[in-house]
Order: sequence, then structure tokens, then C-alpha cells
Amino acid sequence: MAARTKVSIRINGTAYSHEVEPRLLLVHYLRDVVGLTGTHIGCETSICGACTIMLNGAAVKSCTVLTVQADGGEVLTIEGLAQGEELHPIQEGFWECHGLQCGYCTPGMILSTYQLLLRDSKPSEDEIRHAIDGNLCRCTGYQHIVDAVQYAAKKLRQKAVGNRILDPI
Amino acid sequence: MPVSKLVGAKVRRREDPRLIRGLAHYVDDISLPGILHVAILRSPYAHARIKGIQTEAALQVPRVVAVFTGSDIGDRVGAVPVASQNPTLRVPKRAVLASDKVCFVGEAVAAVVAEDRYAATDALDRIRVDYEPLPVVSDPEKALGRESPVIHSEWPDNVAFRWTLKQGNLSKVFKDADKVVKQRLVHQRLAPIALEPRGVVARYFPGEGELTLWSSTQIPHLLKTQLSLMLKLPENYVRVIAPEVGGGFGSKLNVYAEEALLGYLAMKLNRPVKWIEGRRENIQATIHGRGQVGEVEVAAERDGTILGLQYRVIADIGAYHQLLTPGIPPLTGLMLSGAYKIPAISIEVTGVFTNKMSTDAYRGAGRPEATYVVERMMDRVARELGMDPVKIRRKNFPKPKEFPFKTATGLVYDSGNYQLALDKALKLVGYEKWKRQQKRLRSQGRYLGIGLSTYVEICAMGPSAAMPAGGWEYGAVRVEPTGKVTILTGVSPHGQGQETSFAQIVADELGVEIDDITVIHGDTAVVASGIGTFGSRATAVGGTAVLQAAQRVKEKAREIAAHLFEADLEDLVFADGKFSVKGVPKKGITLEQIALEAHMARKLPKKMEPGLSATAVFEPSNFTFPFGAHICVVEVDPKSGAVEIKKYVAVDDCGKVINPLLVDGQIQGGIAQGLGQALYEEVIYDENGQLLTGSLMDYALPRAKDVPRFELARTETPTPVNPLGAKGVGEAGTIGSTPAIVNAVVDALSPFGVTHIDMPLRPEKIWRLCQAKEAASAGGRR
Repeated sequence: MAARTKVSIRINGTAYSHEVEPRLLLVHYLRDVVGLTGTHIGCETSICGACTIMLNGAAVKSCTVLTVQADGGEVLTIEGLAQGEELHPIQEGFWECHGLQCGYCTPGMILSTYQLLLRDSKPSEDEIRHAIDGNLCRCTGYQHIVDAVQYAAKKLRQKAVGNRILDPI
Repeated sequence: MPVSKLVGAKVRRREDPRLIRGLAHYVDDISLPGILHVAILRSPYAHARIKGIQTEAALQVPRVVAVFTGSDIGDRVGAVPVASQNPTLRVPKRAVLASDKVCFVGEAVAAVVAEDRYAATDALDRIRVDYEPLPVVSDPEKALGRESPVIHSEWPDNVAFRWTLKQGNLSKVFKDADKVVKQRLVHQRLAPIALEPRGVVARYFPGEGELTLWSSTQIPHLLKTQLSLMLKLPENYVRVIAPEVGGGFGSKLNVYAEEALLGYLAMKLNRPVKWIEGRRENIQATIHGRGQVGEVEVAAERDGTILGLQYRVIADIGAYHQLLTPGIPPLTGLMLSGAYKIPAISIEVTGVFTNKMSTDAYRGAGRPEATYVVERMMDRVARELGMDPVKIRRKNFPKPKEFPFKTATGLVYDSGNYQLALDKALKLVGYEKWKRQQKRLRSQGRYLGIGLSTYVEICAMGPSAAMPAGGWEYGAVRVEPTGKVTILTGVSPHGQGQETSFAQIVADELGVEIDDITVIHGDTAVVASGIGTFGSRATAVGGTAVLQAAQRVKEKAREIAAHLFEADLEDLVFADGKFSVKGVPKKGITLEQIALEAHMARKLPKKMEPGLSATAVFEPSNFTFPFGAHICVVEVDPKSGAVEIKKYVAVDDCGKVINPLLVDGQIQGGIAQGLGQALYEEVIYDENGQLLTGSLMDYALPRAKDVPRFELARTETPTPVNPLGAKGVGEAGTIGSTPAIVNAVVDALSPFGVTHIDMPLRPEKIWRLCQAKEAASAGGRR
């Protein structure tokens, strides 16, 4: 059994510190150690995107990141997106547009959308489909997801006019 | 209480807030004190004798608690069950852990139990299994050959069952026909790939003698019965909970070895245990769908009238049966009349054992195969007769006044207007415009194809007499003392949204706010009984049960109100959630007040039981038959073989719509899955039975970029089979789309002399066909 390493990671604005096995995957750390089970595992091979989170401002598939690689970093998971009772516009878009069915891919899909909208406030349908190409959904056929992203983009643009920034943290 | 009419309205889903916040609980999100993790060792061989298993080294791995093999378990856990019956059925025994031999890659041979999942996985590598490889057969056609190895030595060959259906004078119609068209068709194996793999948590309380099993399942109640039989526990001590379930598509409509194994381990170790399927395991050891190879012949008159259809098909069963395996090909047989009047039909199914995972119900379950056979052949026949594919379909549709329409296969289609759906789709797509465009582009060396599919499917499963394990559904409605309403349903939604649609039904019926209603499902200790979610049955059958329970609650409330008002029952009116006496609308009593009276039970009518709740079990008198018309326009690039979908129109009729948002979602997702079969997906085993498509890198699921925007429309022909008028919509998109897409691609390639291509229509396959044709015509010119 390998020695344990200490990691300190800020997750959704809260500081966490644990001793972990160096091989512990970040997704297992989030789910099993920290107890944030909103991030899902769908393939363990970086293909399906269910485990997508934001790490230091970039969307990553947390099933192929080691916890130790995130040491000192900042993580945003699905649980950190809403501010209290107020849903993030992306979450609102998925709800309003019926952008989910079984909900398993949804947290990853929402976080990939988050990354997209950080980069581009007015993506075209093609650009949206490209941006979520690394997130598989078996239920929706993607159409309502695209609608949800468009809804969120519009909402965020309206908010930006009121000088609010995208990042909730 | 202002209440709008909710049935038919676009109500956003009530299950979504927990899902979009990451607060829902799927099986892997459940943690119990002292829980142990299970990892399963699976066979790397498709067919091998197990000569010995050494587990000592695995037990040395730190934090490993125990290792179990098949011989440790012996007869203490019963075999994996098969519910579908057939007089010719051969059922090889499938133990939860193989002990003598393995028959497919992925068959479970040992289980490691450890304090954490990493340790359990580490220990798998330390188990040594001494395998003696045996000859393998993975191709179902070869499996029927004389030279083939026989997988189960109890029988002389690999035939798993036979099933035939013959109706009408086939020999005469085929002799007299102007035209007979033959075609070999392959329905490739598919993997359902629910995004959440399977998973099980089991907990045993020895004092209470109670086993609780959380499983990612579509059928908690059926699973409870089967578990009690497999584990030899009294059924009233077994509780099954389907928590949040991340998609099923039929793959969780089953009873799996791992479910019983985990129950056994929890009891044996007296600790809670958890097993979460990996994706590689999921593709190896969760059921596959389709897997038919057949020859179809159609007899037609010169004017396009279809006289008869014969289908001889080999169904690739895999090494063992799962719950409904032998029940799937007969569904293909029953639906071979499609949306047409075909007076003579026959099907001969031979189910064949192969060294592969079992096939079973995958979204559509037998009907996509039937629809593909019929819709491909309508196009083939039209082409041979020089007819437009629209015209041949119109020619053979039953007219609206001919419903209920009895097919040669013995089904009675409840209601339909097939012409209307087709007309609407043609108009929406702009059929004539595309035909002209196609002609114009062909002269420029560009290849456009237009494909149609006018499907009908069999849903709302179903009358119990025609089902392997009951076709009724249970519903209960309870008005709590505070007036809040609890719905209990035996269906087990896992994405379909019945927490919303059932609340819509009851909100309308009882005149209460939808936010005051909660829908409980998926727990056998809370919901008294049930069948589950599959076969597009949940709303049509389960929703009806809930409606009937609500009606009973309302009747009881009316009696209480009449008693309190000292009025006659007939003089009571119900409006805006209140009962009042005719002519005195201001003096009303709300359901909430009645509920409290019902629970206080001080002023109830004589002999009335206290409380305000009712249950209903709905037994449908027939299946329902949703239908529709899908039209797909593609452009094929012969230089690359790429298929581009330029337009996709779907007009679906699922009867009465409860929530259009949910119906659109089902159709869109369904089309994407049918598109996956048409263009990308295929489970491939090589001749050694090795699974070549064992990850999502090799098994190609449609991605966002692969799927176009679908244009949807509806016609609404209610079913007379249930009072909701709802037919079901879960599988329609998948059933309708696959042949529309294939027909479009074949149409695009008709200048190359192509009359059929087997799925999936990957670029490489199309490119080869185009190359072969060009080479041949170049040769001809020389």
C-alpha cells in the first residue's frame, strides 16, 4: 500500500485537506472522501464526460485526473453552481427546456456548458454541439440540451449587461 | 384554489431540481456504515472449462475481506431466471458465479469483497483461474452448422428455441404474385449503454431477517419476487429499492446474477455490500439488443398491393437466456404486418446459442426489427415496381374506418389514421421539393436520398394474458390529513418524468395544486405492488391506475361532503377543488377539509372506513398501437462515404398527450438511438468470441455533432383501450427512425445500383460500395 500524500483543494469555495493515496482519482476523492456525489462516473475512460468538473478554470474529466494533481487547486462541481436557492442560469435552462431525462449526464453536461459560456457568450448551435461533443447523453438526443444552452447564454448575456460576472465563486 | 387544466400542458419537470443541483441519489451515491465493496472477476475466454481457481493471494491483499467463487456459493443461490416461456425452450443453467465452465467473455467467475473499491480491484489481479479453452462459436448462422461446437452439452445442437407463426395462404399468394422480392437483412447487436451503469447495494438485518437491496433497475417489484426465489428468502422479508436510475432502455428490465450475488454476500458477511458496474463490464455483461439475421420475401401485385410476407430469422441469443430473451423475437413476428394490410404472413424464428452475452429487450425490443423488415421491404418492392415509396404505403394502409384493425398475425390495432400522419410529414418535409432537388443534384454528381418510414408499434404492455409476468399496474392516491396528496405507483420511472405527468393527471382530477402532490415509486416496501417501467407502458397502464385511484378518492370525498352538507350525492358539484351543493357555490368544502374530516373520523357516514385514500389495479384489455411517419433526407458523399442528414421530420401519434415537453423528449431521444443503430452502433465479437467493441471508444454512441435537429409534429388519435386515451411514446422514435435513415441512404445510392446495405451504414462500407460500382463501370467502358 502506497504512502499517503496530503492534498489541499478548494471545492465550491470551501477549503478541504486530506491525506490520500497518490493513485486516488479526483472523481473518487470528490464523491467518496468529500461526499459530493453530484459528479458522476459513466465510463472511467474520459469518453462520456459524466464526471466533468471545473479545475482551475478549465473543464476536466475528473475520472482521469489524480487527486494529487489538483492539490492547491480550485474546483467547481455541480453542487457549487447554485447560489443558495437561486439556480445558475445554466441549471435554469436545463430545467426550462427539458434538457435532461435520467439526469446522469447532466452535471457533466452543465459543467461543459459552463466552460463554453465562459469562452463564448453567444455560441451558435454548431458551436454548442461542438462544445458538448465530449459529453454523451443517451436520453435526450441533445436537442433540448442545445436549447437549454441557448437559453442560458441569453440569460447570462442579459445578466452581464447588469454587470454581473459569470463565475459564481 | 385556482387550478388550470394541466393534462396536455407543457409542465416543466418536478424531478429536475434535485438532478440539476447534483443532489439526487443514484445507487453509487448511497453509503451505509461499514459498507464493503465488491469487484467481480470475469472470464477473458468466450468458452472454457474452469479447472481450478486460486484465491489465496487475493486474500493477502490489504483490506480484502473475502473472496467467493462459484463452488463457495454452490446451490445457495438459484440460477438466473428466465420468465418468457415457449414449449421448445431450452434453458441452460446460469449460476451467479460460473464454477465448471464459462460460456462468454465477461461471465462472472469470482467476487472480491474489500473495505474499499481500490483494494477490491487490486485483488482481482491476484486471483488465478486455470482455464482450459474450448472451441468457440460466435456467429449465430455458423452455430447452426453441423461442424459447430455445441455450447451446452445437455442438447445435441445450439438451438435455444423455435417459434413460428403462419397465417393466410402463403403458398398461393407467392405463386400468384406478380412480383416476389427477397432480401437478406441483418439487425446488428447493439449495447443499450444507459449512462449510469448497473449497480447494487445490499443490506441484511439478521435480527429482523430483512434484506434490502438497492438496484439500478426498471422493475423493483418483479426483482423482489425473483430475488426471494433465488435467495430462498420469504418474499415478505425482501425489499427492493430502485433509487434514482440513470437510464435503462430495457437493459435494467432484468434480473441479473450480480443482484442475487450481492444479496447473498450481504447475508453471508453480515455487512452491507456495494457493487458498481464499470463501463467495460457493462458492455460485456449487461444485456445486448437486436441480433437477428433473416431472409424476408414479399409477394406483391403489379399495382403495389402487398399479398404476403415471409420471414425466416435466426435470433442470436448469446450463451444463456436472461429474463425475457426468448420473448423478444416473437414481438418481431407479431408486428410483421406493420402499418399495412398484409393478408398472409409467416415467421419462423430459430433462437441460437452463441458464446456471447445474452440479447434481451433493448428500446423497441423486437419491434424495431419488425419495422425495419417491413419498411425496408416496402421500399424494395416499390423500387422493383417503379413506384414512389409514398404511393405503395398509401396503397396498403388500412383506412381510418377499418379500425379496430385485425392483422394476419392476430393483433387488433386499436385506432389509427396512418394517412393523416404521412400527409402531415410529407407537407412538413416538403417532399416534392426534395424530389426535384434530388433530380437536379444527381445531374451534378451529388447524391441526395429521401427515406420514409410509416411505422406502427405495440405498446402499453399489456394484457396480463399476453405477458410473461403480469401486465396490469398498481396505483394509489392518498390524501394526507393536511390535504397534501401522495401518489404511489408501481411503475418505476428512470428519466421518463412520471413524477410530473402523474401529478398532472391527479391535479386535474382532484383539483389540487400540482405542488401539493408527490409521486412515490421504486420502493417495494412503500408501494404495495407493481410491474415496472418498460414496453412504453408506464403512462398508459400505470397512469390509468393512478387516475382510477384518484377517481375513487374523489367519490369517497363526495360521499363525505354530501354527509357533511346533509345533501344528496347527486346534488353535489365539484369545481375548483371544492364540493358544494348545487345552487350554493359559495358554501364549499375543500378536499383538504374533507381529508381532515376523513382522518378525524368523527362525522363520517355510517360504515365508512376512516381515511381518504384509494388503490386501483388497471388491467388493460388490449395493447395500444402508436404510429407515425418519419422522413429523412440525406446527402451521401461517394468519395468519403459520409452521410449527412439534411432534414429529419417526425410526425408521431401516441394518442392523448399528457405533457408535450416529455413526449418531445422521448421522441427526440428515441430518434437519436435509432439513428445510432442506422449509422454507427454495433457490438462486434470476433470469431474467438472476443468483444472488440468493449469500450465507448470502440462502441460508437451518437454524439451531439452526429445528431441533427429533428422537426417534430403530432397527430392525436386517442386509444379506446384506457380512459386516458394515451398510447405510450417511449420507444416510438427508435422504432420509426432506423428504417427512415437507411431507406434514405439506399435511395441516395440507387444510381450506384445499390438496393440494400446492412447497418450500421459506416462511411467505409458506403465508400466500398461506391468504389466497387465505379470500378465496374470503368471496367465496362474499357
